[in-house]
Amino acid sequence: MSTAAEATAAATADQVPNYLNHERSIKSWLFTVDHKRIGLMYLVATFAALLLGGFMALLVRTELMLPGKQWMSADTYNQVFTLHGAIMVFLFIIPAIPGGLGNFFLPIMLGAKDVAFPKLNLFSFYIYVIGSVLAIVAILSGHIDTGWTFYTPYSTRADNSVLWMTMAVFVLGFSSILTAVNFIATVHTMRAPGLTWKRLPLFVWGAYATSVVQILATPVLAITVLMLFVEKAFEIGIFDPSLGGDPILFQHFFWFYSHPAVYIMILPGMGIVNELIATFSRRAIFGYMFVAMSSIALGLLGFLVWGHHMFTSGMSEYSAMVFSALTMLVAIPSGVKIFNWLATLYGGSISLQSPMLYALAFIALFTIGGLTGLPLATLITDIHLHDTYFVVAHFHYVMVGGTVIAFLGGLHYWWPKMTGKMYSETLARIAFTLVFVGFNTTFLTQFVLGSQGMPRRYFDYQDQFQPLHMTSSFGAYILGLGIVLIVWMFVRSLLKGERAPENPWGSAGFEWMTTTPPDPHNFPVTPVIERGPYDYDLCTEEELYTGFRKDLEAKKA
Amino acid sequence: MATDAHHGPEFLAHHFDRPVQQFDAAKLGMWTFLAQEILFFSGIFVAYLLFRSWYPEAWSLGSRLLDWRMGTINTFVLLISSFTAAQAVATAQRGERNKTTVYLAITLICAGIFMVVKYFEYSHKFHVGLLPGSLFNPTEEGWAEIAAAAANSHGMESAPAGTYANHVRSYIGLYFMATGLHGIHVLIGMGVITWVMIRNIKGEFTSEFWTPVDLVALYWHLVDLIWIYLFPFMYLID
Repeated sequence: MSTAAEATAAATADQVPNYLNHERSIKSWLFTVDHKRIGLMYLVATFAALLLGGFMALLVRTELMLPGKQWMSADTYNQVFTLHGAIMVFLFIIPAIPGGLGNFFLPIMLGAKDVAFPKLNLFSFYIYVIGSVLAIVAILSGHIDTGWTFYTPYSTRADNSVLWMTMAVFVLGFSSILTAVNFIATVHTMRAPGLTWKRLPLFVWGAYATSVVQILATPVLAITVLMLFVEKAFEIGIFDPSLGGDPILFQHFFWFYSHPAVYIMILPGMGIVNELIATFSRRAIFGYMFVAMSSIALGLLGFLVWGHHMFTSGMSEYSAMVFSALTMLVAIPSGVKIFNWLATLYGGSISLQSPMLYALAFIALFTIGGLTGLPLATLITDIHLHDTYFVVAHFHYVMVGGTVIAFLGGLHYWWPKMTGKMYSETLARIAFTLVFVGFNTTFLTQFVLGSQGMPRRYFDYQDQFQPLHMTSSFGAYILGLGIVLIVWMFVRSLLKGERAPENPWGSAGFEWMTTTPPDPHNFPVTPVIERGPYDYDLCTEEELYTGFRKDLEAKKA
Repeated sequence: MATDAHHGPEFLAHHFDRPVQQFDAAKLGMWTFLAQEILFFSGIFVAYLLFRSWYPEAWSLGSRLLDWRMGTINTFVLLISSFTAAQAVATAQRGERNKTTVYLAITLICAGIFMVVKYFEYSHKFHVGLLPGSLFNPTEEGWAEIAAAAANSHGMESAPAGTYANHVRSYIGLYFMATGLHGIHVLIGMGVITWVMIRNIKGEFTSEFWTPVDLVALYWHLVDLIWIYLFPFMYLID
């Protein structure tokens, strides 16, 4: 970046009102309908949930360092791992990328002034807050040790605080449905002139596919937890076998949502990785249309595979075989993405800045997470591996190695645009190393533990597993340290970071074509899109370095 | 907040460029929302079908505990209200404000009749103790109703009344849950129709802008559609 560009950036940032400084009162935040402010509020709330859930994880790992009771009772242990799961899934992973980064960048990437229904957007944020408060009430009021899956009949007979938790999940589901309605309508109707479907940024494709899955899956979770609520409150006999109900029906309902929910978590993450790889390879994404359609394919395939969570629950062998075969199909669109990313890297002009490190880590870790899904999808090996640490390691590789890594990458990548401040690249690299090393130490060992037969969710274990458990806990501390360092790095950036230029990474993406931080209406004038978001060969120097197109800049004063 | 001069007709929100864009967004949003409504109710229908295949006798008995005449009246009432909701949209598109108000009012009255009939059905069930789950505590009259229904149903004509009580209890539970959720949707619909009607009386809608009338009618058709499935499932099929 030339100093001239920085000077322009500094000048524009002082003169031009942006979404952060055009109104400053607390009220202007709490009642804002600006998708950028709502996105930021989501980011703060979900990041807090990440820290809380991570703290629970460290408690679990501390207890498991040695066999037997260390410092918490078995009962407390059950509650802590339940809270870790429920908080991470419902309060962090599902809303973080769509609600936070998606809300912020989807309209900007479309060249729109806002999402289609701004008030609904604010409403869905407050529903999220209400849901979180209900969840916290549930945590404080007692005793939730059902695991995040709430399997019946245990959950219908457990403590009454399960009622609060199911209400929390119901309400949180509402929030993600409303966000999804908003995104679908926005993508269909609010694209800037010239922004055809074939020019949509792949992050938008990812968020769009996620929204479709949310619309089709979340209501099923809502009715499931509502039935669970009614079952527990009135004992009507839907899920409880002693009343003539069917606990397997609960599992079918639950996984009909919760398997597609995996794609709700991973698809936006994959969308971020597309943006990172294109920007830091300075190249168009190889096989753009295949990558876009593989998101849709993953979303739809996700609805046909829920039975693979239930191979040992007493489903018929024939349905198990069908579910197993369908599950293998998921490898195809996942493979399409991985290979297209590798093909994009090949011949690209790669710069290994911190967001790109996260993108590369995503490819490696998601590949491990995906490949270890195959032995779980295969019936005969699943019998051995089901409900062991192998499963725990597998889904953490997808959820943390995939989604959380992509989320952190996206946060680094878009941080300058969102806040107008740069962060310390050195600290970012140290934190990345800690996260990467800590994560692999924690969960690679768990693959070994699981394949040796260590069951998940157990409070106690045999002595032979002790060294591996100790290693895993050690890794968890390193990972936790990395996350804390990231928080410190971002806080430091807010306090004394350098002013960010308009386009610090030299990206061709549309979100970099506006001021930093963005204008209250995203663009001073509605942009006319004349190229795709990855067409580096069609970009002018000005677009890539100063980041502002003449026609947009001309009218802004 | 928006300092620039207003950029179009009064009803156009600041973040849209053209009225047609605003209309398309609103309509697509509504359809998307309706899609999730259908999936929301799907859970209840799946549970209904599963238990129906498991306990056909109890389900046959259960359907006879409901008064098909009441159900039929409600079905007709809802069908009429759907027609008037559609008429409200058509008149709003032509800008015939008073007619729109009348049609919305008829829709509202039909919805009211539906809820009144539902109230009579529910209060009878309360009266004889045919209630969901742990509240299931039939009075003598209630047991007599069960026995009468059993005598008419398939597969348990000669069974003593208490035999299938557990499954009948599940049936009643599912009935209350399905119709209760549907009833909540009717009440929400009544609230929104009233709001749209007031806005119409105030003259907010013209032949240029009638989106809210259209959307509330769409929602109302869905409420009707769900009933069209609930009615035969719960009341008619043996």
